[in-house]
Amino acid sequence: MIGEMTLFDVLAAAAALTLAMATPYLYAALGEVFAQRSGVLNLGVEGIMLMGAFSAIYAVSDKGLNAGPVAGLLIAVGVGALMGLLAAVINVTFQAQQGISGIGITLLGLGMSTVLFKALVGGVITVQGIGQVYVPLLSDLPVVGPIFFRQNALVYGAFILVPISVWVLNRTGWGLKVRAVGQNPKAADAMGVNVARVRYQTVILGGMLAGVAGASLSIALTPVFQENMTEGRGFIAVALVYFGAWSPWRVMLGALLFSAANNLQIWAQILDVRVAGAPIPPNLLIMVPYVLTILVLVFARQRQRIEPAALTKPFERGEN
Amino acid sequence: MKARFVSIALLAALLALLAFGGLVSAQGPVRVAVVMPSSPTDLAWSQSIYSALVAVQAKMGGESAMEIAVSDNMFRVNEAEQALRDYADDGYDLVIAHGTQYGTSLFDLAPDYPETSFAWGTATDTGADRGITNVFAYEASAEQGGYVNGVMAGLMTTSNVIGVVGPVPAGDALLYINGFRQGVAASNPNASVLIAYTGSFGDTTAAAETAKTQIAAGADVLTGSAQQVVGAIEAIQAAGGYWFGTQSDQSVQWPSTVVVSQVFNWVPVIEDMLAQRANGVLGGIAYNLTLANGGLTFKFGSVGIAPQVLVAAGNATEAILSGEIVVARELPE
Repeated sequence: MIGEMTLFDVLAAAAALTLAMATPYLYAALGEVFAQRSGVLNLGVEGIMLMGAFSAIYAVSDKGLNAGPVAGLLIAVGVGALMGLLAAVINVTFQAQQGISGIGITLLGLGMSTVLFKALVGGVITVQGIGQVYVPLLSDLPVVGPIFFRQNALVYGAFILVPISVWVLNRTGWGLKVRAVGQNPKAADAMGVNVARVRYQTVILGGMLAGVAGASLSIALTPVFQENMTEGRGFIAVALVYFGAWSPWRVMLGALLFSAANNLQIWAQILDVRVAGAPIPPNLLIMVPYVLTILVLVFARQRQRIEPAALTKPFERGEN
Repeated sequence: MKARFVSIALLAALLALLAFGGLVSAQGPVRVAVVMPSSPTDLAWSQSIYSALVAVQAKMGGESAMEIAVSDNMFRVNEAEQALRDYADDGYDLVIAHGTQYGTSLFDLAPDYPETSFAWGTATDTGADRGITNVFAYEASAEQGGYVNGVMAGLMTTSNVIGVVGPVPAGDALLYINGFRQGVAASNPNASVLIAYTGSFGDTTAAAETAKTQIAAGADVLTGSAQQVVGAIEAIQAAGGYWFGTQSDQSVQWPSTVVVSQVFNWVPVIEDMLAQRANGVLGGIAYNLTLANGGLTFKFGSVGIAPQVLVAAGNATEAILSGEIVVARELPE
């Protein structure tokens, strides 16, 4: 088959894979958009994802709770909410230095998921997780069918969440409060907005979506769990928020760009793409998406006009 | 100055007395520690050494004869170095650094613990040229089983597309992949072998994404190396294809997908290290698992395999054993 594939076939296959690969980033990054738009940098996404990944697969596995995939997802959401609550207590109530506390939450999630995995499971587990959903009729369309409509259920969810996030942030009263709290908490407070409460809400929401991001790895896209299985994806998600300048649409573009670069470098490897007859070292290709992210971050600096002015700044009532 | 010299000399004499009198070794179990990059139940690299240690312990008579300490998930080299030092400080007899990435640290610390035996794998270097005498090295000729796996894979693919999910192009993974490619070329010259590396040993998601890309390119048979492969095996199982394993027996988890696994059997290696140490040889020997010395074995799953495929695998194994086939460890680009 590989010999008969045209460039078009390769790109179509890459597009379908890209959507799936972008999914965990998208959930985690959209959650982080809410937290950051309200002024809280939660760098603990990685750790929350790990706990989400573990709790979801433990819930679904016959070595665990033997629950259904939807219950597994909901448990991951709950665990994510608890981790988000912890992040909120640390960052909002105790006003910790947000970069450092995030690393702490990541280490907590890594340690806790590892210990629980060892104590409760012990070895590699696989599950019958959330599967592919072929959208009736649409999945039969040529080209677009296989790309867009033969995906895992959680892939659709991630992309539907983008316009919903935009709408919530820009068109609802709560979204207005979130933005106000992130831009000018003092003014928001004067207007009667409970700054701490809004920040608790966004950070917990971010935790819930990070839990889904973790579950999307362990019970949907790769129904398997190993220690540290997120391998830095939570940090990439945080980078994508900056990359996307706090706009859900641009965050989605960033997640797609990063995942497309990642998938295309796999194609470059398997198709043995050469430069002037010499193979490209795989390590160089593997770096491409990361280098691309850094470059975009560097060049995106000028257009960060909507950076929440109060990002990482704790708020205390009555402060001057 | 003189007093210090005398006390050091006395201490040395005492230690020598204890050592030659066999008092040290007679005082309880042999103590073996291992530092590994993933979990002892990873169905791959780390499990291969852990299973061997447990087997040796059982042969020796249980925990009263041999103590095993494990530091797992030491994917950060600086943490691994600290763990190695802690075990040496703790007086372990044999401290195993089970990862190519630990080599630099090991050679830094080994001279500080001249009484301790260290082992490093996969490696061929015992540090002898640097004057280090207390490090054993061990490796597997993974290319040999890779060749046999490749012969079978070449005959079992119906799409003539085979995927390889590698970690990094180095160490026993590269040996295995090179052997596998030669095996496929021997049994099915028309098959394409699509090779991609993830750049990681433990990234199960990246391994799954790589496998799915190869499946999208038509692959119906996959193989790969390192603890990350569990993600790739899940992906090929979902696609209804076959998997060929290496390092540990992967059919236990996916019996209907894993055709066969090349299994590293480190038992004789560990036994010999302990025997050498008991005889006063603390290091300096490089071990290599091969088909000939029984260090490489095959474990089959429950996949139905056509008789001619088994015959071809048997013939390839015989040819490697007899020296008729010499599997190249390196291939031209």
